[in-house]
Amino acid sequence: MSGMKNREPVLELTNITKTYQVKQGMFSKPKPLQAIGGVSLRLHKKDVLGLVGESGCGKSTLAKILLGLEQPTSGEVLVDGKEIGPADRQLLARRIQPIFQDPYSSLNPRKSIEEIVSLPLVVHKIGDSASRSRAVAKMLDLVGLPERVRRGYPGQLSGGQRQRVAIARALVINPEIVICDEPTSALDVSIQSQILNLLADLREELGLTYLFISHNLAVIEHLATRVAVMYLGRIVEETSAADLFAGPKHPYTRALLDSVLTPDPSLAVPDIHLGATFPNPISPPPGCHFHPRCPLATDLCATKVPPHVQAGSSHVDCHFYEKSADGLSIQPI
Amino acid sequence: MTDPILNVRNLTVDIPIGAGTLHAVRGIDFELNRGETLCIVGESGSGKSLTSLAIMGLLGKRLQVRADVLEFEGRDLRSMPPREMRALRGDRMAMIFQEPMTSLNPAYTIGDQLCEALRLHRKVSKAEAMTRAADLLGKVGITAAESRLRQFPHQLSGGLRQRVMIAMALMCEPDLIIADEPTTALDVTIQAQILRLLADLKREMNMALILVTHDLGVVARIADKVAVMYAGEIVESGSAKAIFDAPAHPYTRGLLNCIPVPGKTKPGEPLGSIPGIVPSLIGTVSGCAFRSRCELAVEACATTVPERSASGEHMYRCFHEPLKSEVA
Repeated sequence: MSGMKNREPVLELTNITKTYQVKQGMFSKPKPLQAIGGVSLRLHKKDVLGLVGESGCGKSTLAKILLGLEQPTSGEVLVDGKEIGPADRQLLARRIQPIFQDPYSSLNPRKSIEEIVSLPLVVHKIGDSASRSRAVAKMLDLVGLPERVRRGYPGQLSGGQRQRVAIARALVINPEIVICDEPTSALDVSIQSQILNLLADLREELGLTYLFISHNLAVIEHLATRVAVMYLGRIVEETSAADLFAGPKHPYTRALLDSVLTPDPSLAVPDIHLGATFPNPISPPPGCHFHPRCPLATDLCATKVPPHVQAGSSHVDCHFYEKSADGLSIQPI
Repeated sequence: MTDPILNVRNLTVDIPIGAGTLHAVRGIDFELNRGETLCIVGESGSGKSLTSLAIMGLLGKRLQVRADVLEFEGRDLRSMPPREMRALRGDRMAMIFQEPMTSLNPAYTIGDQLCEALRLHRKVSKAEAMTRAADLLGKVGITAAESRLRQFPHQLSGGLRQRVMIAMALMCEPDLIIADEPTTALDVTIQAQILRLLADLKREMNMALILVTHDLGVVARIADKVAVMYAGEIVESGSAKAIFDAPAHPYTRGLLNCIPVPGKTKPGEPLGSIPGIVPSLIGTVSGCAFRSRCELAVEACATTVPERSASGEHMYRCFHEPLKSEVA
């Protein structure tokens, strides 16, 4: 593990921003909505980066930018150190593939499983029909589906089987990076664990790198090697999964971890003092975006944007932290 | 001990389909007292939602609902005329659904919808109803309640909408609330707040609460009693402590092994899983429905499995001893 720091990242995002123009009424002028405000991330080979945050924090917008479905307003996406521009979408798709949340809507019901899984090969003009057929057979075997399903249709499969088809489709062109957007949230508990085990095995076997978006922190802890916590378009804390779960730093991260309901009947439902309202992203609060909900907030938090405190490969955006000899430490203000 | 507020014996729901009959709920029993929370837990298709809809009398005529006993506050729900049932529903028993956006009418204000819930059942003026609505919005943790009453559902966030749904269920101070996956569509931080709110209100108003969910974390934290459903049957029931500390049925144990638990499961190690899929419930279903997925299955499992007691009120349907199989 010691050589990890020196490796080149397979995927790097530098200062990505994305601003949408939103109209609020028929005659009102469009207002800017900053969905992503300066996100920088690095993924190394075989990393599993867990991306967590509430709905509306920009997780899915970030995933869309990585998949080339949206162009960032500013900032760069680098794959293996090379910048990917708007013209290189096909190249991006070769290397980055998605697995979506709902396997009921992400598979075309009128196409056979064989057609669904081989479509990426057809789109990218890889191989002939014989080699595509072999690739499909290999993929179905890899994701644990019986050979006979290839002539079947999505409607004949259960939710877990459909998600396996979606995984086979994502992996058939040998991508290096897979964006998993809540891949198990629509599945039952017993099926969820099968898919999580499969994703973990495939990562080992094929050396895949995952960006794993989930609201289930227990799943993130189980699978992720690194975790990035997003709040209102910014990453407020990023560190190794072990460090994050052992010692969450940002007050928002702590609140998220406190809300995890472990199946322990001796505990009651935790009391989270966050308030109910997620701020309006069109007029985000000044200073630290999180201050209206933060239990520690001071006058400084309400006026000044928090610093980006970096120590090694971890960072936290909070006024309360400073860099010290042994990483990040809390600082009284 | 007072009489239970809800008493259900041998409830079945059959759905006639082209090829035969789908036995969606197959003879379930439970009772619920005031101030108690029952969690019905199970996977999709286990019949947990149909059970709650059957109690509320919200299933269509095409579905055949039968029961030996189906009593609410001593009144027989089976023979109750639709008119009386409508008077009961929303007044003495209320329901909270999963998706707060689709269960609110987008064309009416929050205030109108809250008032309607009360004025259908009570003779009160609009102004009085509005006052009560504002009170309850405050109670469920919505600030600036007066101005919220004039807003439409689309102007509220998911968490606020679910709070409105809870306030609506509380308008007539019901004795029983059935909540079907009330927090599944919400963020984790909001989920904790909504669950806490439900638990506090239940205690304060001495109501009975049935919570239908697939989330074992939610169940452990909020339930007094738990009923684990599989393929239309309650396979195990008992106190939350009994179910989580000493699960007796192989299915319950399997479910508990499937979920990653921070601090307990080792990151990166394979999670437990339950092989196979839920059997079809069309036609005659005999024996233990879980036997096709169970590693302990023996020949006897194909015959009718009696309900056994593990300890006190902790019941389960399996031939195997809970302790012996725990070693396996």
